[in-house]
Order: sequence, then C-alpha cells, then structure tokens
Amino acid sequence: MDRIPILKMGDFLMVTIQVDMHDQLASALQDDLTTKIARFNAKGVLIDISSLDIVDSFIGRMLANTSAMARVLDAQTVVVGMQPAVAITLVELGLNLSGVHTALDVERGMEMLRRQIGITDQDEDNGAEG
Amino acid sequence: MTTSIAKTLLKKRNEILQEWLSQQLSAQNLRADLISETELRSESERFLNVLTEAVQFGNISDILAPEYKSVLEMLEGFSRSRGLQGFTPSETATFVFSLKQPLFLALRKSDDSDPVELVENMLAADFLLDKLGLYTTEVYQQSREQVIRRQQDEMLELSTPVVQLWEGIVALPLIGTLDSARTSVVMETLLQTIVETRSELAIIDITGVPTVDTLVAQHLLKTVAAARLMGADCIISGIRPQIAQTMVHLQIDLSTVTTKATMAEALRFALKRRGNTTPGILKNPSPKQ
Repeated sequence: MDRIPILKMGDFLMVTIQVDMHDQLASALQDDLTTKIARFNAKGVLIDISSLDIVDSFIGRMLANTSAMARVLDAQTVVVGMQPAVAITLVELGLNLSGVHTALDVERGMEMLRRQIGITDQDEDNGAEG
Repeated sequence: MTTSIAKTLLKKRNEILQEWLSQQLSAQNLRADLISETELRSESERFLNVLTEAVQFGNISDILAPEYKSVLEMLEGFSRSRGLQGFTPSETATFVFSLKQPLFLALRKSDDSDPVELVENMLAADFLLDKLGLYTTEVYQQSREQVIRRQQDEMLELSTPVVQLWEGIVALPLIGTLDSARTSVVMETLLQTIVETRSELAIIDITGVPTVDTLVAQHLLKTVAAARLMGADCIISGIRPQIAQTMVHLQIDLSTVTTKATMAEALRFALKRRGNTTPGILKNPSPKQ
C-alpha cells in the first residue's frame, strides 16, 4: 500500500502531501505520524499541502484530527501552502480548522513552529530564534 | 370565423393603415420629440404587413406558433429600439393596442352578416392584439434586465482592487454592498493576491460598505476564515461608529478578528506586528519560488 513519506528535520517532522488523499492513505498517515512523533519525541509537525488541489470534508476533518492527535503527543502542527480554492472550499464546507495553525509557505511554517516551541518550552530553545 | 379577420386585413389594408396612422398621430401621448412621422409610418406598415401574413394561416390565438415568428421578431426589434429611444413600456405597448380601433372599425364595416359572428371576431382580434402588446412589454423588460446585468458585471470587475501596502501587507478597500456573488469574487481575488505577494497580513477596509447586516458580516467572516486557512491574518478596518452599534445590536461576533477604526490604525498595527514577529523578512526578502 502507498504511504506518504514523513521526513525528520531536527525536532520537527515534515509531511508533503502530493497525491490525492483517499481514506486509507489518510488513516495510514495518521498512524505513521503519531508513531513517529512518539518515537522521535518530535516537537512540531509541518504538513505541506501546496500540491493539493482538491479537498473534501473528509480531508478537512483529517487535517483537524491529525493536528489534535499531535497536540495530545505534545507536538505543534502547522499546515502550510493551502491553495486559495482549497481554502474557499473548506470555508464553504463549514470547516474553519480553528485548532490548526497555518502559514503561507514552508519557511514561514518552520519559523512559526520554532517560535511556538520557544514560547511553550524555554529549555528546547537552543538559539532557534536567532 | 377566423378567416374573416384575415380577409379584412388583406382587403382593407390601406384603409386600416390610414385610419391607424391618423389616430396615432393625433393621439395625445404622441412623442413627436422622440420619433418622426415617417418612422412611425414605416413601423406601422411593417407591423401590419407581418401581422396580415401571419393571420392568413388561420391561427389567431397562439402567437408562439411558427407562423408568428416574423411578427415576434419585428416586435422584438421594435421594442428594443423604442426602449433605447426613451419610450416607456406602456407607450411601446400602446402602439400595438392602438391598432384595435381601426381594425374593429374595418371588421364592422365588412361584416354585414351576423352580429354574433362579429362579436366573436372582435373578441378574437382583441385577444391577439393583447398578447402581442404584452409581448412588447416583456421584450422591453428583458432588454432592460440585460443592461442591468451587464452593468453589474462591470461593477464587479471594477470594485475589487487588492493593493499591496507594504511588503507582506495587502489591503482590500471594499466599496458598495456585499452580496454573495461579490463576496466570492472578493475572496478569490484576495486569496490569489495573498499567494502572489506572499503576504501574511490583509487589511479589509469597509469604509465604503454602506450597511453591514448579518449576511454581510457572515461573508466577511468567511473571507477572514479562508485567509487564515492559507496562513494569512486579516484586520478589518474602517468600521464607522453607527456600524459598530448596529453590529453589537445584531449580536454579530467579531471577537475572533482584529478590528481597527481606521485604515491608518490597521496599517500601524500591521507594521508593528510584522516588525515584532518576522524581523528577518523585512531586511532580506526571501526569494520567490
């Protein structure tokens, strides 16, 4: 079965969704992600959805759920690069993803994660802000 | 019975036309300032000709039948040009209705046989002309609606400029009423500009929005939510005191959105926030991908 690769970058995990998400793929991703967060003791998760053109309520809920799961495991999630059409669709579907952090691109997402971890956990802040 | 109308129209064409014209020219509501006598004459003649032709088929009740195609086409062109010339819809329809009198007169003169038949003929002709007269009104209205629709489209294009105020800050000055159609255009333009300029802050200025009701507020909140999903924050500015009062009375909850009274205040806030949170970007703009 296909799996979406999860890259480890220091304290963060990075997921780039480049294919159409279907139910099995989404639940496999959630499994993998939670396992890896626990194993690497990751502090942040970055989900890049800039290649995602089509979205439905299922994907929307999947993003919200993934973020909630990560939060339980003490990792912050940032969703980056959402396309305008996708954003409009999600809003029209009534999914505001209010618990999910968002950023325009990967760079800013990274910055946001560093900042948040710096704020929430002073000990982990090894010059990440500088 | 229908044939006698057709016969009358064919035989007494000139008589009817003369009578009709003199009546139209002597009518009180003749718009001599808008249309010349020769124009009126040629229009009357053309209408009478196509009507006579159509009636010869023996159908005088269904104006949507194929034999009336040329009549309807003639009336469509007529109604459009009258509308452009500045006639009112009732004046346009009166043109058709005014044919009744000369036609009935001619029918009475020719039909010397049966009074019952005469009444039936007159009724049938009456119905036919009523339908044709109403048809001109319909076309008149349609042409007006087309104009309105075109203007709406043009306004839609003109009214949604997104301007970049600063690096990373875009502003969207909204002018005019916000309806669903406009909101979607506004939303798309704003989000597209956010992507293109990689802006993290968007100022939506509603100084030019005359009224804010629950629907407009809902549209605004939708736009803000969509921008947030893309990673950009929105500031709503230009809320007039009356509108602030209305919003509270309508119990519209804008607590999730940053609001400022003026655009200047919003820009000051935006610059301050940018300066505090992302100091590197102002000095070294990251290359576009």
